[in-house]
Amino acid sequence: MANHHDTHDHHDGAHAHHDEGWFKKYFWSTDHKIIGFQYMFTGMLLALLGAFMAYVFRMQLAFPGQAVPGWGVVSPGQYNMLITNHGSIMIFWVAMPVLIAGFGNYIIPLMIGADDMVFPRLNRLSYQLFFVSVLLLIASLVVQNGGFGGAWTAYPPLSANKDFNLTPLGSSLWLGAVAVEFVAFLLGGINFIVTAMNARAPGMKAFDVPIVVWTIVIASILFMASVGPLVAGAVMLLFDQLLGTSFFNPNRGGDPILWQHLFWFFGHPEVYVVLLPAMGIVAEVMTVFARKKLFAYKTVIYTIVATGVLSFFVWAHHQFVAGIDPRMANVFTVTTVLISIPIAEMCFVYIATLYGGSITLSTPMLWALAFMAEFMLGGVTGIYLGSSGADIFFHDTYFVVAHFHYTFFPIAIIAVMSGITYWFPKMFGRHMNDFWGKVHFWGTIIPFNGIFIPLFVLGAAGEHRRIFDYHSFPHLATPELQSLRIIATVSLVVMLAFQPVFLVNYIVSMFRGPKADKNPWKANTLEWTADSPPPHGNWAELPNCYRGPYEYSVEGRELDYWPQNEKA
Amino acid sequence: MLERFIPAAASYAGDVDQLVWLITFLVGFWFIAAEVMFFWLIFRFRKKDGVKAQYITGKEKHLKQWINVPHGLVLLFDVFIIIAAIRVWVHIKQTLPPADRTVRVTSQQWAWTFQDPGADDSLDTADDVFTTDELHVENNKTYHFRLESKDVLHSFFIPAFRMKQDAVPGRIYTGWFKPTRLGDYDILCAEICGIGHGVMGAKLVVETADQRATWLAAHAPAVDETATDATATDAASTDATSSDSTSAAAGQQ
Repeated sequence: MANHHDTHDHHDGAHAHHDEGWFKKYFWSTDHKIIGFQYMFTGMLLALLGAFMAYVFRMQLAFPGQAVPGWGVVSPGQYNMLITNHGSIMIFWVAMPVLIAGFGNYIIPLMIGADDMVFPRLNRLSYQLFFVSVLLLIASLVVQNGGFGGAWTAYPPLSANKDFNLTPLGSSLWLGAVAVEFVAFLLGGINFIVTAMNARAPGMKAFDVPIVVWTIVIASILFMASVGPLVAGAVMLLFDQLLGTSFFNPNRGGDPILWQHLFWFFGHPEVYVVLLPAMGIVAEVMTVFARKKLFAYKTVIYTIVATGVLSFFVWAHHQFVAGIDPRMANVFTVTTVLISIPIAEMCFVYIATLYGGSITLSTPMLWALAFMAEFMLGGVTGIYLGSSGADIFFHDTYFVVAHFHYTFFPIAIIAVMSGITYWFPKMFGRHMNDFWGKVHFWGTIIPFNGIFIPLFVLGAAGEHRRIFDYHSFPHLATPELQSLRIIATVSLVVMLAFQPVFLVNYIVSMFRGPKADKNPWKANTLEWTADSPPPHGNWAELPNCYRGPYEYSVEGRELDYWPQNEKA
Repeated sequence: MLERFIPAAASYAGDVDQLVWLITFLVGFWFIAAEVMFFWLIFRFRKKDGVKAQYITGKEKHLKQWINVPHGLVLLFDVFIIIAAIRVWVHIKQTLPPADRTVRVTSQQWAWTFQDPGADDSLDTADDVFTTDELHVENNKTYHFRLESKDVLHSFFIPAFRMKQDAVPGRIYTGWFKPTRLGDYDILCAEICGIGHGVMGAKLVVETADQRATWLAAHAPAVDETATDATATDAASTDATSSDSTSAAAGQQ
């Protein structure tokens, strides 16, 4: 996958003192910025694949049985493969690499004033493993009998036994891809944690670290602590598939529900692993474009930590009706509903940050504000699902689908767009076009609501998930419900139609955009004191840090910002 | 809210609907309050020439109230939601009222098989009626269901009852429901179970005692004098029996 051609041109001329070969510089690099780009571009390419899959199965749902332009008639097996891989790609191969690995690699050393990651070669290995996982994933889609279709949660016995899932090669390759990918992120995460703890600029105390670095580091800790059971589970499942072991086979003493515990013990913290970095990006962008100090910085840190700790005690809310001891549901209802407190607190702090601000609605700010506005709907609808009594009805309906898209879409698309448009001048030394940025913003946000609000209604009507055609269910095949499905699909097509605006704006601006200076947004954090784009090594002389990251509009100062590296 | 789309047809369906209303009021309040505040602040504090942003650390007591008071209220609202949710859950999933009748529900790729106890109201006897993809229950009677799976995970979902339970191979789950409204409803499989998941539906018929008697008479297996309980149990696992009774059931419709 030759996805890094795009970046090399303007890096070459300016910083030729690292006279490496082209391959070595862009494919074998240990520079955290290049590795960040590798992750980001790979993730963005896979987002296109995931989006195409959504297009195909949404078309099938709106117009069942008709040939989908660009695909053809969708068979039930293909439908299952498409929803399974849409889910796994968007979470494991888009949200994770772009948000954590991409932004984490690019911005952590720059924001803490370091010349690179602490373990640059480990970092390179991390991306290389990730790349292998992408190859395994792609292979799983094209092998004989087709790709895996047992949903991204891969519940056995369906996922474990080829007689049930009918995709012997696809399921094993898919599972292998997931396992390898997690090893890659584990390496990357360890690097983030160690770097942020050890390589900060002189004078940068823990509470002088920008929120986004905190969130990525805590997300990495959550990931590190939760991924072990899942990788172990994946290996056990792989053994069940390939060697005929019976970890999850009830006929020979195994237990299929064990997998669900292993999966969700990882799977729910995973939600916060991607949510926290998104909240971090939004904090950076909101403070800069409101010219405001973050309201109660330490409170945000405490809520991040509290969310992280609580997130380890909520996993079984995915399993209320799975056949676990029903008394467990009571415990997990309490923990799940209580996690609303730190998250709500975080939202209140962000809202309060706007008070007394001087708000510019630039493209990054629009994305950041939209994240808050949309994510809050995703947050409150989670309460329905965390409440065991209501979840009996809502579990595995489209209400769940709408709920988690109202969290994941803001995370993986809206916050990422905010981050990309915000750091673009730093990354490429040029500005993106603001007008087309706004066109893309509105062309994405409005249809987004058009897709998922109808799905809330369908879920309330009892529409269950992962069904390729509702004709078999008289109460779900009514014209009223079908028209909701069509609204959702049409909205999706409109949203996809606006994405080339972004891609063209991105690629053209990379080469032709107006030149950006070091600190175009007049921001405080250290990355804006490096050249745009920063050379290998980031600074000729590493910066010192004298204050916290959000000293905007300080009384008695002429300038409304106060860079962290500026002596008082 | 839910009854706008699907009738509430079981004794506990109304409890779930009330819980959903309660949650909607409580979280709806916060959602609307937060969004209104959010958009108002964006509008009120948009950039104006010559107006500098204020320097607020968030440590000021009178300002911190804006976070602390909502924080406490969210906790209070959470307690209400938790209590209500657990009450409904305990009623539906953790209590088992005495049964008037017990049915066996067997799921497999990709069909539902239902075993009705027949006229003697006792399961695994010679007069049991086996049907595929169609379950007949009598209105206002408490039913226990024994949920099993022959192969992969399935989920027994009756939206009109607000009831859902996964079927796990190797386990027998006993649950209950009490139909309270006559009519035909959908039974869905809510857990992905392979390529036939999208056609794995069944019909639920809630009927009166008289209708049930007529249905039983039309479907009762020819009673063999020599039949023992054991053979009846064996019959449960043979597909031939169940598909026979399906065709009979279809004929009846």
